Amino acid sequence: MQQKNQPGSTDQSLIRNFCIIAHIDHGKSTVADRILQLSGVVPEREMRNQFLDRMDIEQERGITIKSQAVRVPWTVDGTEYTLGMIDTPGHVDFTYEVSRALAACEGAVLLVDATQGIEAQTLSNLYMAMDHDLTVIPVLNKIDLPSAEPEKHAEEIANLLGVDPSEVLRVSGKTGEGIKELLDTIVADIDPPHGDVDAPARALIFDSVYDSYRGIVTYIRMMDGEIHAREKIRQMGLGTAHDPIELGVISPDMVPTKSLGAGEVGYIITGVKDVSQSKVGDTITTEKNPAASPLEGYRDPQPMVYAGLFPIDNAQYPELRDALDKLKLNDAALVYEPETSVALGFGFRCGFLGLLHMEIVSERLSREFGLDLISTAPNVHYEVTQEDGTTRTVKNPSEYPDGKIKKVVEPIVTADIITPKEFVGPVMDLCQEHRGQMKDMEYLSVERVELHYVMPLAEIVFDFFDQLKSRTKGYASLDYHEAGEQAADLVKVDILIQGEKIDAFSSIVHRDKAYAYGVMMTKKLRKLIPRQQFEIPIQAAIGSRIIARETISAMRKDVLAKCYGGDITRKRKLLEKQKEGKKRMKMLGSVQVPQEAFIAALSTSDSTDKDTQDKIRAAAKKDQ
Amino acid sequence: MTQISQGFRPVHSSQATEKIAASQRQLGMNAADVQKSEPAKPFEVYLHVPFCLRRCGYCDFNTYTATNLGEGASRANYANLVIQEATRLRRWQEECGLTPRPISTVFFGGGTPTILPAPDLVRILGHLGTLWGFEPHAEVTTEANPDTVDARYIAELADGGFNRISFGMQSAVPEVLRTLDRTHLQRNVIDGVAAAQAQGLRSSVDLIYGAPGETIEQWKTSVEAAIDLGVHHISAYALSVEPTTKMGRLISSGRLASPDDDDEAAKYEVADRLFSKAGFRWYEISNWARDGEVSRHNLGYWRNVEWAGLGPGAHSHFGRMRAWDTKHPRMWAKQLTSGIMPWGGTEEVSASQDLEETVMLGLRLSEGLSVADVERRSGRTIDRDVIRSLMKQGLLETNDAVLIPTLQGRLLNDLVIERVLDALGE
Repeated sequence: MQQKNQPGSTDQSLIRNFCIIAHIDHGKSTVADRILQLSGVVPEREMRNQFLDRMDIEQERGITIKSQAVRVPWTVDGTEYTLGMIDTPGHVDFTYEVSRALAACEGAVLLVDATQGIEAQTLSNLYMAMDHDLTVIPVLNKIDLPSAEPEKHAEEIANLLGVDPSEVLRVSGKTGEGIKELLDTIVADIDPPHGDVDAPARALIFDSVYDSYRGIVTYIRMMDGEIHAREKIRQMGLGTAHDPIELGVISPDMVPTKSLGAGEVGYIITGVKDVSQSKVGDTITTEKNPAASPLEGYRDPQPMVYAGLFPIDNAQYPELRDALDKLKLNDAALVYEPETSVALGFGFRCGFLGLLHMEIVSERLSREFGLDLISTAPNVHYEVTQEDGTTRTVKNPSEYPDGKIKKVVEPIVTADIITPKEFVGPVMDLCQEHRGQMKDMEYLSVERVELHYVMPLAEIVFDFFDQLKSRTKGYASLDYHEAGEQAADLVKVDILIQGEKIDAFSSIVHRDKAYAYGVMMTKKLRKLIPRQQFEIPIQAAIGSRIIARETISAMRKDVLAKCYGGDITRKRKLLEKQKEGKKRMKMLGSVQVPQEAFIAALSTSDSTDKDTQDKIRAAAKKDQ
Repeated sequence: MTQISQGFRPVHSSQATEKIAASQRQLGMNAADVQKSEPAKPFEVYLHVPFCLRRCGYCDFNTYTATNLGEGASRANYANLVIQEATRLRRWQEECGLTPRPISTVFFGGGTPTILPAPDLVRILGHLGTLWGFEPHAEVTTEANPDTVDARYIAELADGGFNRISFGMQSAVPEVLRTLDRTHLQRNVIDGVAAAQAQGLRSSVDLIYGAPGETIEQWKTSVEAAIDLGVHHISAYALSVEPTTKMGRLISSGRLASPDDDDEAAKYEVADRLFSKAGFRWYEISNWARDGEVSRHNLGYWRNVEWAGLGPGAHSHFGRMRAWDTKHPRMWAKQLTSGIMPWGGTEEVSASQDLEETVMLGLRLSEGLSVADVERRSGRTIDRDVIRSLMKQGLLETNDAVLIPTLQGRLLNDLVIERVLDALGE
């Protein structure tokens, strides 16, 4: 279908840029697909489900497009408009990326599952959209489902936005119902861009992805002026200049264009191979006619959570390094530096935006690169001031200074939790156990409550989310944001196996929880480490003071199999299997510890059995 | 490298059968080459009788309670089939250039060999003699269930050339015997041993320790009862629970207590102490004998000699080749009828695996593992620091030439094997 509005020559008044804010599974991809189909950019017969999440296409073409900025025509009353549909990452860890995507739009479609209602993370993105002065179009999706409760959830959204429930659109991505009305509303309600067409070019980088064939694909939103395909460009934040190889728009395939003008959304390829050379939030201008000042809001991503990643087989260390280097191409937020652990050998201390980011990275390392990894328990960074007044940043418990400590400062966050009202009690208990301070609480609707807390980030990264889910039967949702730092009474608990400190198990915890951590870890390790021919004491200590102890008694007998009817083969196979198993053991001093012990001991769990509770109480009492 | 081949399938055509026979001949020829490069080893015969009156809850041996399993594999016809296999094996040796040697020991195991009429056992033994001949003073043993033999049966065996009998006593405590599903009484064992001795047969009993619920006192009672029998030889095995057995299922479902390693270690120590006091010396981890009364057949396995295994599930060893008979008697019988060795699988052990086996087996023996022998065969040097540390830890006797496990080293034998293999390097 021939489009009237061509890239580079589309009047701003005909452009509408918007993003879709939705929780995972609330149907964003399906709605986006319908929009592509209805607008005609994807012919009916080529329509495939979830065109935007084109994993198989990515594989076919070797393109990795994690985010999209699709140019879609839509005609209202005979006038062709150009819609720029910008995808946003859905998770709390990527708040900054979301904020840049929002900065590239004038409007946002708030898409909520009519069977579930709004979730904490969606809410937080919604607030962010409102902070950016975006026009919000509230939409309930999945109205075709029998379990949909559009009235109830429309009321909830209407309360949030201060609109009338009748203004909440109702659509079904699955059947296509209401999508046409949604597109008409986008054209009618969302403001066109108001860039200065004649000013020097300024374009916002709102996403960039690594494509193994073409290098970095940088997604931009033209704010002012114009960029031509043959013009040298400059990144104002980084201060680097490049010749673009290709300039274009996505509709829904990559279409090269001669230029991009103010208000338009598109992509640029420079042949650079590393996303850190194309940072989200940076401003692109032209080398010949540079802008005087960059767009606001650029900043380097800051890691919030740290963990050590170690290959189970230390021979895989170079592979791990290569894999991290490759991931880094696609993930500017990932930081890492080599780390050596007595227990785990060579690895990397990695910084992540949050827990999900950490999970995604570990998952990709194992799935895409075939690495078998041990990850240490995640921790945050601390500012530790010693008696002599020197202060250091501790990103790893092993960096925690010995001797007297004057002050420890930890990062804190504001945590927003949405929960059905019957779980308010358990959620408050949980927050309290995790040193949370309640700020306030509001009813989103008759049934759902939003709680606002200030908490140490360290409490959230440990096991908070899993427990929140389990205590609310999976109904509660969580969102958190950095909120500065606070001084706290923190100590480092070490774990000793046969008197030897095992760095991988050390943890910085609040003094009140030191006993619980010590008892839990020693108990876990007692169960996980197989008996050996000598007794193995397992201790938890703060400094030189032992706070918990378990003992693995000496093994007295291993297999004494009968060799039946001359079946030597079976015995040899058992021996070979045993040898294979020993290869997966780490030697800590003279103690063999299976890898599984590290993995299981570092995984967090709610150990509230009576024996553990008794031991924690006893340990705490002895200490007084 | 180990090569494990799949055995016979019933649908095989005659061409396919010939192919199998050819590959069996090739294995034999390879074994013959190895045989020629080594000093001559004793030749033993193990004969498996896969029938029992009933199956015991802990038993995962290859045994069946049916009297007729089809294809001629019945109790009544069993002697004929096993003689047929022996004859076939003897011909295979010839075809492959394997030197037939006179038999040093024969062991009838099961199952329950004594479920067959005594004349059957005697007839089989006679055929073995015809095929290979016997060394002077060849040891001929049968296992016996205490309640399936009487004085007349034993007399027939003695007349037929048997000179040793091993009773499955397991325990002297009725409660423990019940847990093990054993139907005999201690009385039967006493009578059996007396009958054997009256016929001039050497006797042995098997004991099992660590049955669920067995107390240390009960175990002591059994050990003392075994000593009191006046036998020449005693084997004591830790109960090993296989998940596929009735007992395994009872334990995994929590209806029966699981055997405990510490308890078994304590029982082993008790047994070793009482046996020693009564004049029995250990010669292999699970075996004790009066002077000159070791089971040479048993010892042969640990010395890794050559043996023919006859009967379903039995294992053979020639050169560096191992073969095991098909487990189910019906399939086994069918293979025999097609004129091939009724093997379910074979493997050729690599030189390094062979060395591993030598170390693994030798370290279970009181005669120990010869350092010089291992170093000569491997062309490697055993790291003396590792050996010294094992001695210091009390796992090996202080002896630089031969590695002999101490009492603790017997209990932690797998650990000792692993360390010695480490000391030998990869």
